[in-house]
Amino acid sequence: MISIQHISKSYKDAQAVRDISLEVKKGELFGLIGPDGAGKTTLMRILMTLLIQDEGNATMNGFDVIKDYKKIRNIVGYMPGRFSLYQDLTVEENLNFFATVFKTTVAENYELIKDIYIQIEPFKNRLAGKLSGGMKQKLALSCALIHKPEILVLDEPTTGVDAVSRKEFWDMLKKLQQKGITILVSTPYMDEAMLCNRVALMQKGKVLDIDTPQKLVENYARKLYAIKSNDMHRLIQDLRSFEKTDSAFAFGQYLHVTGKDDEVEATEFEDYLLKKDHVELEVFDIQPTIEDVFMNMMNE
Amino acid sequence: MEKVIEVHNLVKKFGSFVANDHLNFDVFQGEIFGFLGANGAGKTTAMKILCGLSSPTSGQVKVAGFDIYKETEKIKRNIGYMSQKFSLYEDMTIAENIRFFSGIYGISPKNRKEKQDKLLKDLDLESAKDSLIGSLPLGWKQKLAFSVAIFHDPKIVFLDEPTGGVDPITRRKFWDLIYEASDRGITIFVTTHYMDEAEYCNRVSIMNEGRIEALDTPDNLKKQFGAKNMDEVFLKIARNVE
Repeated sequence: MISIQHISKSYKDAQAVRDISLEVKKGELFGLIGPDGAGKTTLMRILMTLLIQDEGNATMNGFDVIKDYKKIRNIVGYMPGRFSLYQDLTVEENLNFFATVFKTTVAENYELIKDIYIQIEPFKNRLAGKLSGGMKQKLALSCALIHKPEILVLDEPTTGVDAVSRKEFWDMLKKLQQKGITILVSTPYMDEAMLCNRVALMQKGKVLDIDTPQKLVENYARKLYAIKSNDMHRLIQDLRSFEKTDSAFAFGQYLHVTGKDDEVEATEFEDYLLKKDHVELEVFDIQPTIEDVFMNMMNE
Repeated sequence: MEKVIEVHNLVKKFGSFVANDHLNFDVFQGEIFGFLGANGAGKTTAMKILCGLSSPTSGQVKVAGFDIYKETEKIKRNIGYMSQKFSLYEDMTIAENIRFFSGIYGISPKNRKEKQDKLLKDLDLESAKDSLIGSLPLGWKQKLAFSVAIFHDPKIVFLDEPTGGVDPITRRKFWDLIYEASDRGITIFVTTHYMDEAEYCNRVSIMNEGRIEALDTPDNLKKQFGAKNMDEVFLKIARNVE
């Protein structure tokens, strides 16, 4: 459905996207996962025909992003990272406006947006600029869907959004996917990778790896320990000054620790830390999270 | 331990809307205090009041020992502030930013020189001192913004979603800086949407619809709500109350 081949794009002296190739299948929920500066927005803007690449080709449902840009604009829905609806139009006016631009009506495709729009309908006469963050997001999604796009592209829809609203937003995306829409979504939150069918882990304009999140976690080849004591700050310092430690990072209530050459046993960490007078010490093997995977790839 | 923030029955109304509904809490010296809540729960309103930028409708609030109604200028001199949106001036160099903020906080030029050298050395940025902030990677900017926010040795530093958008390693390195500042006795008041970061706080408060629904150490909150991590605690509180 989306095909990207060797795309590169630079702005003056900064190379934003470096030779990226990837395919998104029909009906897939595909995630671009990475921090600011990974190239996610640039790549999306190229696919949305808003920016022209320096090198490479890309097609959306077979249409070329340069030659067939008008056709692409009819089959894609786009929710940019920055709220870009008309602040001085009401909720209802915005929706009608986007429907009209795409030569359709709200009534015609109401079924698709119903679940989402119903939540903001009580405020349909309010100016879009006066909505709360969560409501703006729902309106933007409704407007992106009103012409029944085949492909939905969302640029960091959950950035700066609280944990509860993030969960709700992903539930909405899953429902849209079930209706047959192909979805490309970007996020800096690593945990959201687990909610995608496949992801591309990105950093500094490059793709580090592409796979299902489950495979990425399975392929993590290192031995990883969770370690905890009653003084976490001292624990991290002590572990970092231990000659057998490769990396030690905080992961919620535990530290995730790797040993040099992955040959260090749990008991070696334990003995060392007991000598350093750590109490309530816990050391055990754990399965990595997608964040461990990402951090390991960054270091390679 | 010394209380550096004291909040009693803080109420803030905008017309008929109650943004902060009788907040009560204390924050102690050197503590890392996590201030969590859903979007629109009233965190920003409360934080503006604590920074002396907005007045409460009613209630008593003391920050760094000063009264929120009468001594806001003294409060501002004794706190630091950093957010993801506003930190340093992009079109000035590192050294110019430090000079600018030193001037605002009344740090003498001699004192500044000494502290600036140490700061640049600690952050390993000596060679970049004449680079424009705008040209630096986001991770560097955030570290620098934090260091500048505590350059005048404030009693408290307010961090409003300081780690948004950076990669997972940079995000953790940022927390190393937070721990160091806390070890030096600076109180850290921090908001975040990353629930793993809530675990790094000494105590956490969780707001919903203008009220503080829970306030305790991460371990106690997990016990109290029968949750295995802070993400679950947060979901339980924010969903139940709706």
